[in-house]
Amino acid sequence: MTTPLIELKNVTRRFQVKRNVSITAVSDVSLKIDAGEIVCLVGESGCGKTTTGKMIAGLLKPSEGEILFNGQDITQIKKQDWETYRLGVQMVHQDPYASLNPTHTIYDIMSAPLKAHRKTGGESATRAAAIELLESVDLTPAADFLDKFPHQLSGGQRQRVSIARALTIHPKFIIADEAVSMVDVSIRISLLNTLLKLKDKNGLAVLFITHDLALAKYFAWEGRVGVMYLGKLVEVSPARQLVEAPQHPYTKVLLSAVPEADPERTRQKQRIELRSMDIPSLLRLPSGCAFHPRCPYFDGERCEKEIPELTPFADGSAVACHTVTEMRNAE
Amino acid sequence: MSIPSQNHPSTLSIRNLTIEYQVKRGAVQAVRNLNLEIRYGESLALIGESGSGKTTIGMGMMRLLPSTARIATGEMIFRRFDKAGQATGVEFDVMKLNERELRLFRWKDGAMVFQAALNAFNPVLKIRDQFGDTARAHGYLQGEALRKRAYELFGLVRLDPERVWNSYPHELSGGMRQRVLIALGLLLDPPMLILDEPTTALDILTQRNIMDVLKDLRGKLNFSLVFISHDLSLAAELADRIATVYAGRIVELGNVYDTFQNPQHPYTIGLMSAVPTLTTHRDHVSSIPGSPPDLIDMPSGCKFHPRCPLAVEQCKREEPPLIPTTDDEHLAACWRWMDAKQKLMPNPK
Repeated sequence: MTTPLIELKNVTRRFQVKRNVSITAVSDVSLKIDAGEIVCLVGESGCGKTTTGKMIAGLLKPSEGEILFNGQDITQIKKQDWETYRLGVQMVHQDPYASLNPTHTIYDIMSAPLKAHRKTGGESATRAAAIELLESVDLTPAADFLDKFPHQLSGGQRQRVSIARALTIHPKFIIADEAVSMVDVSIRISLLNTLLKLKDKNGLAVLFITHDLALAKYFAWEGRVGVMYLGKLVEVSPARQLVEAPQHPYTKVLLSAVPEADPERTRQKQRIELRSMDIPSLLRLPSGCAFHPRCPYFDGERCEKEIPELTPFADGSAVACHTVTEMRNAE
Repeated sequence: MSIPSQNHPSTLSIRNLTIEYQVKRGAVQAVRNLNLEIRYGESLALIGESGSGKTTIGMGMMRLLPSTARIATGEMIFRRFDKAGQATGVEFDVMKLNERELRLFRWKDGAMVFQAALNAFNPVLKIRDQFGDTARAHGYLQGEALRKRAYELFGLVRLDPERVWNSYPHELSGGMRQRVLIALGLLLDPPMLILDEPTTALDILTQRNIMDVLKDLRGKLNFSLVFISHDLSLAAELADRIATVYAGRIVELGNVYDTFQNPQHPYTIGLMSAVPTLTTHRDHVSSIPGSPPDLIDMPSGCKFHPRCPLAVEQCKREEPPLIPTTDDEHLAACWRWMDAKQKLMPNPK
């Protein structure tokens, strides 16, 4: 078996909010991502998807557990390997209006990482490299963009610059945190297609964080989608399978709540009701399965007491739910 | 609730509305010669990308535009109806109201819920005081009677009245704030409620809750709902009619079922294929090439022609008028609407 590019082993992250109070933003998450694979993380705000992304990017340290990059624990590795890792994993942020320095030209923005890591020698080679990168994210003619400032670009174009900048140092892995949610609907798909093209061309692996299940299905068509709830992964399945045959009750509820762009279908869609609308506070997480106070499948004491493990099944899905596991084992 | 026919007098008739913003580079033509009827009791969706002018239309309807905006032309005839939906004969041009009259018009005849739900509140006032302010300004109920009315509305929007009434805005979640604002908008029982991006930036389950609340309200109360959104599925869920807005104009207007089944304008079709849904196949999704036009320096002719796959010479010269297509109730502004669906829809039903 080959070593996964990124592996999370029982990763937990706590944040201290007051002197003796801390919240667990991510709790006991295990996930493997192979080279060239696409994985989407979906969930509501506060479910820990961004924290997970930041830990993988090395911007936050896990409180417990290990994160392995090419089999090496990133908290233990030596300086040189740490550099390889940091260069190998890049992040594209959500807000293209905030993630580019407004006083720098696109050339400044693109050339800084190229120069800092001595990827190119000399000004003209740097310029040529920047042009090539901008073209690879479909900003053409690239030469016209180099001397512009971010404010002269539209949101979609800025996000392309942001992606091009992440690519300057040839990463193996890109974490895109809500990377298209601030971009106009008509151009979201072309941005995602650019990322998909780069994935095919450069063998990039992508972790795409979103709250939009339809977008996750589109983007991770051949990859996987993980659903998070209150810091835990509750289901990880191949993308289309997750949408067409969801297993975990939370996934089912989410999917049934999404409106469809077809008036007849959306008005007749079967909805699954939650037992409670209130999202529990991270400060007072419910015992046992964190979803039990809201779960339509709630099944007594076991759900209240035992935390369900993410259990893999033969069809490629993995689900953390007592009821589902029991049903599927009985089959 | 049945949709009143086109023969019923409208709540608001917008005629030849043109709104510009003055900036250094010139005049931003945010709304251009807009004609639109907000029908009595209907739910109308204004759909478009950012910068298409849809929010300006909503703000214009309430005369809430910032000082840089200028209403160049237009009138907006507002009609009052009695409880049974019969015209009372009272009608006036919102454009001609003075400041004092406008203050009475807002909340009483029409209310608007803005996009950023936190910013719409005064952060140092409790919810009860925000309700008190609005009520006082209109000589409406006070004290215990106001509390009762508010509790009733909170019930309708599925909020826990006890908890909300004495809270500060920051103590409520985004979805709760949105629902408090909807309740506040309905306080004076206005015949028209405008919602700007009511579900944007909310989580899936919260969005679902807001949609259900709005559907519920429309079944129980009688008001015209105008909502502004970039989300086609929200329109599919909630609207009776859809108006697609592009470059400050309505380019397509029709019944929601008809618009989704037989879209006539290439831009509407483009939007539909640009947004993946849970059931669409990946190969049927495609984005619209290019980007929305610069509203200061707009293209000639049809403003969509640089992005339109069907554009011909005429499209570059002349801007098409919004005219009836397959029937009187389905309008489009496109020279080539007859070909659009057949040529552009990925999988014709």
